[in-house]
Amino acid sequence: MQPTADAAPLPPLFADWFARRGWTAHAHQLAIVAAAATGRSALLVAPTGGGKTLAGFLPSLIDLAARPAEGLHTLYVSPLKALAVDVRRNLEIPVSELGLPVRAEARTGDTPTARRARQRDSPPQILLTTPESLALMLADPAARTQFAGLRAIVVDELHALEGGKRGDLLALGLARLATLAPRTLRIGLSATVADPPRLARWLGAGLAEEPVVVRGRGGARPDIRILMPEARLPWGGHMALQTMPEVYGALRGARSAIVFVNTRAQAELCFHALWKLNDDNLPIALHHGSLAVEQRRKVEAAMAAGRLRAVVATSSLDLGIDWGDVDLVVQVGAPKGAARLLQRIGRSNHRLDAPSRALLVPANRFELLECEAAIEAIGAGEIDAPRTRPGGLDVLAQHVLGCACHGPVDPDALFAEVRGAAPYAGLERRDFDDVLAFVATGGYALRGYDRFRRLFRASDGTWRIVGPHVARQYRLNVGTIVEAPMVTLVLNRRRKLGEVEEWFVQGLEIGDTFMFGGQLLRFEGMRETVVDVVAVRDGEPKVPVYEGGRLPLTTELAARVRALLADPGRWDTLPAAVRDWLRVQRAVSVLPRRDGLLVEIFPRGGKFFLVAYCFEGRYAHQTLGMLLTRRMERAGLRPLGFVATDYVIAVWSLRPPRGIADLFAEDMLGDDLEEWMAESSMLRRSFRNVAIIAGLIQRRHPGAEKSGRQVTFSADLIYDVLRRHEPDHVLLRATRADAAAGMTDVARLGVFLARIRGRIDVERLDRVSPLAVPVLLEIGRESVRGDAIDELLDEAARSLIDEAMAPGEMPPPPQGRLI
Amino acid sequence: MTAALRVAGVAVLADVSGALFQPDTGTLIVADLHLEKGSHFARRGQFLPPYDTRATLDRLMRAIRRFRPRHVVCLGDSFHDVDAGARLDPADRDLLRRLVAAQDWTWIVGNHDREIPDGLGGSVASAMDVAGGLRLTHLPGTAPATGEVCGHLHPKASIATRAGRVTAACFVTDGARMVMPAFGAFAGGLDCLDPAISGLFGPAGFRALMLGRERLHLVTRRQLAKPAK
Repeated sequence: MQPTADAAPLPPLFADWFARRGWTAHAHQLAIVAAAATGRSALLVAPTGGGKTLAGFLPSLIDLAARPAEGLHTLYVSPLKALAVDVRRNLEIPVSELGLPVRAEARTGDTPTARRARQRDSPPQILLTTPESLALMLADPAARTQFAGLRAIVVDELHALEGGKRGDLLALGLARLATLAPRTLRIGLSATVADPPRLARWLGAGLAEEPVVVRGRGGARPDIRILMPEARLPWGGHMALQTMPEVYGALRGARSAIVFVNTRAQAELCFHALWKLNDDNLPIALHHGSLAVEQRRKVEAAMAAGRLRAVVATSSLDLGIDWGDVDLVVQVGAPKGAARLLQRIGRSNHRLDAPSRALLVPANRFELLECEAAIEAIGAGEIDAPRTRPGGLDVLAQHVLGCACHGPVDPDALFAEVRGAAPYAGLERRDFDDVLAFVATGGYALRGYDRFRRLFRASDGTWRIVGPHVARQYRLNVGTIVEAPMVTLVLNRRRKLGEVEEWFVQGLEIGDTFMFGGQLLRFEGMRETVVDVVAVRDGEPKVPVYEGGRLPLTTELAARVRALLADPGRWDTLPAAVRDWLRVQRAVSVLPRRDGLLVEIFPRGGKFFLVAYCFEGRYAHQTLGMLLTRRMERAGLRPLGFVATDYVIAVWSLRPPRGIADLFAEDMLGDDLEEWMAESSMLRRSFRNVAIIAGLIQRRHPGAEKSGRQVTFSADLIYDVLRRHEPDHVLLRATRADAAAGMTDVARLGVFLARIRGRIDVERLDRVSPLAVPVLLEIGRESVRGDAIDELLDEAARSLIDEAMAPGEMPPPPQGRLI
Repeated sequence: MTAALRVAGVAVLADVSGALFQPDTGTLIVADLHLEKGSHFARRGQFLPPYDTRATLDRLMRAIRRFRPRHVVCLGDSFHDVDAGARLDPADRDLLRRLVAAQDWTWIVGNHDREIPDGLGGSVASAMDVAGGLRLTHLPGTAPATGEVCGHLHPKASIATRAGRVTAACFVTDGARMVMPAFGAFAGGLDCLDPAISGLFGPAGFRALMLGRERLHLVTRRQLAKPAK
């Protein structure tokens, strides 16, 4: 489709401006203008570039040019503070060149209090903000007047917000705005997604008319290749360091590149490896979420200014600022999903007519198959769909408190309003009432805190906060992002380098070295939440193993990997070593079928191994492993442990596994699951997040720790007590829902078990098969049975029974010992 | 379930519940119950589950049933604050009175509960000596104190395992004195490598008895996963 100015002519002022700039308006820009002119909301789905952001603002600028007005007119919401700031800067151009009487300002968590106060008293016409800041503004008693004149809300990177808890928060904010400013137009901007009409319904929930979907012109087809190491592609491992010479070669030939990796640990190692190869002194930088903000900003600025040849980055650069000059994207490690890969590739080459160039660098053989599958999926235009989950009750609790901080809450009206938010369309009244009870008094069934409530019910039936301290508490706690406890790294007692998870540092001894920010550091000691380090030249680094950044393989991509494995006719493009690997597998065992499950059983080292090729991602596999070992235990097979990767699961036992179909029967998602989930550390982690988001436990605020002993609660202790005394409490329900959709991935496991019923191939072998080698290499690297505290302590500590039995050391068995 | 050891030559049993039993005198010792900590925070609008007192008393009741002590000593900070008695749920108050009445009971006062609520029974003391040479106090003494058993510090320990760090409350002892783990359901912990705890022990160091779900685990100072400061 060619851009045309016929569909809905721009006002002359704007048409002239486009002409002066030598631009032709894109069709999608005009379509948005046309929709807005008839009062219709819209979702623009387009790859990066092509004036997408401008398209979102054009209706507002046209309206403000025609009818200049004071007061807040347009709200822009993006998932990134930096993006809000960047877009504000870009808006300056049309505003000043068109001579519009429009102020555009950003308001994020970084905005100074004085400016926020000014924005409240004299709001700009266009305010650029984040979901969290929007929530804060809506909780202000002045929100009703402040938003009364609002005409448009632009949501950027909608695909990145929808589906998660920040999306829940935003959806609730949109529902609130629909009440406060019913005439507001919604414009969503999104990268290419699997199902645009579904996203449009999300955006338009509660509106009289569904937003129109506008599709931007697709860019040129990206040029994606796989980069193989000169040496053999390894069987296992995830770091891909053996391919760094080839990556370095590619960087030398590029103008400006982003090297994406999957974890922060991988970022450190790849960066280090590239620097060692950097004979040409190429300006290469590092960017990940643990680095100090100033450091990240510096790298971003250098990148934007074209001063860097390459930046090694984690998902911290997945979204955001346009790096116009990037002409190469390198993805190191498995892509995990086609949508994610496409998003990353889209960071390069924003001119629509030039293809994005990308190199995929698999670290092992399965990752190679995954890379092939991802390229195929992108070629076929198949993008994995985000899995839908109902809105979190913890986010709802936060929102309900915010609403009460704004003003008296009529429960019936609020319930109706909340159901107007897409993630809460199916919300039951019982859940809503329980959330409200939690917010008011804790919502405990057996024993109330009626004396100490946060909300009270006024004679008119509305709920109100008991005092301003409640609003203060709400403001400190707003948001859905919960970080693990972090400590600050300080170099030479002077310079702040960034933050790492507290537990990582606690595993270090004085004198230990590790990589951070591309340099080797020696651990010198800890003061409160500050970690002192010095830079050293050599030593064996203990690399940080960060928890974040491990996404599971998507269902869609997994299906393609299975299809590729099952069809030898399509192996021609694979490297010879990988082809041989699969051929030998076919000769000594069988290949996993496209729609079935292959289970191999073989003896090794006095134990029996069961390897199941499930391809359902690591979270689902970990859950499966827990359930399988329980079942095998009951069947007397004496399982010893298991290990799960994204592709397969391996369980080893003392007795040969039998009755495989029964082991994988669907009913395993019953009592065992309940019992295990309740005890599992994943549920405990989920509970901590839920408790913080819902406001049961307060956040630790940076800086606050220094002001003496900060009150913090162990979420674990609370979880244990609550689970025993009120297992159906609304926060425990929220926790279980989170775990089912997230870390335990029970939802996906259920679909899998149904799919493979009656389709299990069992191969009994006399030794390990080629396809099973990679997972066996993982044994010992991955944690096993991470929830069995006594077993773990037994291994690491000395059981006291030994000591009690030691002659002479200990007293004789005491008298009067009653058990 | 229990581990037999000696503190200053006196035979004691450390229990996985966090209680300490001295068989010779039939004394059961628990530290830092922090009863009504949940409601303490609820007063400020932070609604922790109101079941911590019941959970703590249930656990204490089970320990009493198992050891059948002649004397129970609560090592201070039994109540989270001086108003805690007024916030006790009637059923919890009743259970507590019955527990106290069943044998001798001593409340040693702590910094959280300089006054013990009225009407619960038991006697109140600032410290207590038991036959055999143990001195039971809430706060640790500053000088080396052979035979001292104290609370207050809520020690916990972490060790590295193949599944990552595992942290648990612990008894800490060097054989001469002992710091008890907190018994209360909502009582948090302080790493035993913190100078407030490690500084109580001589250069020969100490050992931690970590509380697992079913068993206790002995850990030497060298195995503990955290840097010394």
